[in-house]
Amino acid sequence: MRLALRHVFVLVVCAFALFPIVFVVSAAINPLGTLASTDLLPNGASLANFADLFGSDVHPFGRWFLNSVFIALTASFAGLLLSMSAAYAFSRMRFRGRRVGLLALLLIQMFPQFLAIVTIFIIFTEVTELYPAFGFDTAWGLILLYLGGALGVNTWLMKGFLDTVPRELDEAATVDGATHAQIFWRVIMPLVTPILAVTAMLAFIGTMSEFIMASVFLRDPGSKTLAVGMYGMIAGDQRNANFGMFAAATLLTAIPTVGAFLWLQRYIVSGLTSGAVKG
Amino acid sequence: MTSDVPEAAKPRRAPRPRREITTAYVVTRIAVLAVTAAILVYAVPPLVAARAWIALAVLVAVTAAIVCLYLTRRLIPAKYLVPGTVLLIAFQLFPILYTVSTAFTNFGDGHRGDKQSAVTAIETGSVRQAPGSPEYTLTAALRGDELVFLLVDPETRRVQTGSGEGLAPLEGARLGVTGKVLAAPGLTVLTAPQAAARGAEIAALAVPTAGGLIKANGLSRAVEGRAALDYDPACDCVRGDGDTWTADEARGYFLNARGEHLAQGWQVGVGLDNFARVLTNPTISGYFAGVFGWNVVFALASVVTTFGLGMGVALALHHPRMRGTRFYRIALILPYAMPSFAMLLVWRDLFNRDFGLVNQSLGLTVDWMGEPVTARFAVILVNLWLGFPYMFLVTTGALQAIPRELTEAASIDGASPWHAFRRVTLPLLLVALTPLLISSFAFNFNNFNAIQLTSEGGPFPAENPQVGATDLLITYTFRLAFGTGGAQFGFAAAISVFIFAIVALISVVTFRRTRRQEEVYA
Repeated sequence: MRLALRHVFVLVVCAFALFPIVFVVSAAINPLGTLASTDLLPNGASLANFADLFGSDVHPFGRWFLNSVFIALTASFAGLLLSMSAAYAFSRMRFRGRRVGLLALLLIQMFPQFLAIVTIFIIFTEVTELYPAFGFDTAWGLILLYLGGALGVNTWLMKGFLDTVPRELDEAATVDGATHAQIFWRVIMPLVTPILAVTAMLAFIGTMSEFIMASVFLRDPGSKTLAVGMYGMIAGDQRNANFGMFAAATLLTAIPTVGAFLWLQRYIVSGLTSGAVKG
Repeated sequence: MTSDVPEAAKPRRAPRPRREITTAYVVTRIAVLAVTAAILVYAVPPLVAARAWIALAVLVAVTAAIVCLYLTRRLIPAKYLVPGTVLLIAFQLFPILYTVSTAFTNFGDGHRGDKQSAVTAIETGSVRQAPGSPEYTLTAALRGDELVFLLVDPETRRVQTGSGEGLAPLEGARLGVTGKVLAAPGLTVLTAPQAAARGAEIAALAVPTAGGLIKANGLSRAVEGRAALDYDPACDCVRGDGDTWTADEARGYFLNARGEHLAQGWQVGVGLDNFARVLTNPTISGYFAGVFGWNVVFALASVVTTFGLGMGVALALHHPRMRGTRFYRIALILPYAMPSFAMLLVWRDLFNRDFGLVNQSLGLTVDWMGEPVTARFAVILVNLWLGFPYMFLVTTGALQAIPRELTEAASIDGASPWHAFRRVTLPLLLVALTPLLISSFAFNFNNFNAIQLTSEGGPFPAENPQVGATDLLITYTFRLAFGTGGAQFGFAAAISVFIFAIVALISVVTFRRTRRQEEVYA
């Protein structure tokens, strides 16, 4: 009896968790493609919305998808590498300014980067004039901007992971004649790979969903990311008409992230309890 | 923070013994030099062209320092710290400091540049066609690379060249029927399509004359205009149109006797005015207090509801005879794995008054995002949907770490399940999860997307379109800086500083608490 009550409760919560997703699926295969004609359960099935999505000149979904994946992959991996190497120094070495550096990072990470968006806008107006390859409407400029925030977000977390790796291991490696770089790449990195994979995945998903800085930064339709482009897709009076296309785009965007999530599910719990936060 | 072992007390490590030069050593050093050379080759020419000497000096100094760092065998910690730190300084630290300094100025629409550019803007903005001045026929031409105007007086058919330096007579030009110049000695006359391609340059060229300026009006007419307003450095004021506006250095405006100001002002320091406005101006401080109060409620409600529901399902599944947990778990974490920006937009449409599924399926006609109470309920519900899988996952992890013997012992001692939960499980869970709950509070305190992508801060009261019922401080700030009501960067920066102070306070409390549980500096 008690067990049945548990099942009922969990099923209700599952329904709450799933109904918007079912709605998105239903909207994506709805042949009419409007918000008004979409119900929770599909009233027909067609791939018209997907075809529209890839045939559209106004909304180059394929480009956005590639832009997003490229920016998120590059920024999350480069960012992890930067914060990982900083964490290595903080965890394994003793040097002057270590405590001040750790405290400074703590303070800086409290100030969300997008609070300074006005200044960032002014800086990149200048950069666009001098170096167009890193200016507005370019992936590299946005990646640089995200990397500026990388150290503040993950260094403490990484330092925590590294502190759990026994120091005896690097001492043994040093005795065997390994350099600091060899210890970093050959000893430390392999040991923290599982946790690194989870953090990288969360950083990847967080960057995919980043909206505010990308919306200020990317204005040319061809350079937009999924978040910015899809926001424009159902902006203003197109909200009703383009909803099917939007839902189809949402589903396609979700496939890589949901896949990675289910695949890494086992590690996620331990990664999260150590303090990783999805953006 | 005093828990750190004083570093000075430790014996300094002796420098590493020098090693023989290995292949890896040589290769990395060559790579460092090559990358540096590539960066300099790419980055220097634009700075030279723009005559940005200070930036150039900084670039060269930073690059030189980095090269030295990676060529030497010493300074090992710095080798690992510098790449991230350089980016951190350039794209986070510098913008933050600049933002904080902006909070002490009136930077914003009408106060963008310095005084000189304000004067120029006022003067050129007031140029009108001088009465009785001729309307010239205009032909654009090139003298070498420089764009010049060929101006033909329609009555006398006299030809003059006009450039940035002024007017000069021109002899020997051949005129067409329309009065346009067809050819002129020493000049390349532009054809109509060529001129059209240089439209922006032609519109920007102003030829100074004795009484004003000659500017192009389209591509084939030019008129002489006179600035109605004129800056007089002697009295530091702007005269014209029968009025005088005197510079007010404290406000960054030109003011006339009646206290009215010209639209164009300049950026000045205003001290603590922006901060004082937030706290003392009755209208603004009222709104600020309202937004702040709702912001705290939103963040608290988000944490409490997500933690409550997440823990509820985690406890329900945490039973030895529970079946199908794998399936339930996948279903429950799906909201966390979906792209959040897209799902926020989907929720916005679920609450749509006319076509939204919520109204359709419940048979309601509620304007969810149109009423403060329903809009607030809606955004908290949406945030619950987005956030509870995270809490479910972390509670599941923490529950597995609590030994089952503890609850069994409690039940043997006669505690009801509720009592065992209340007295044993919950306290242990909270010990493990309090840091995460506090960081979740800090995250939701600035949860820009959750508001901007659903309610956009609305609904807005009729009397003030700047502050909506579901606005967080962060969305309010964003509207002040980039919204339709004109940019107020200085004021927005002041509010950013307030947000910073609040979040910093929360974090200090967090770390005081967590430091008792773990050695942060270990």
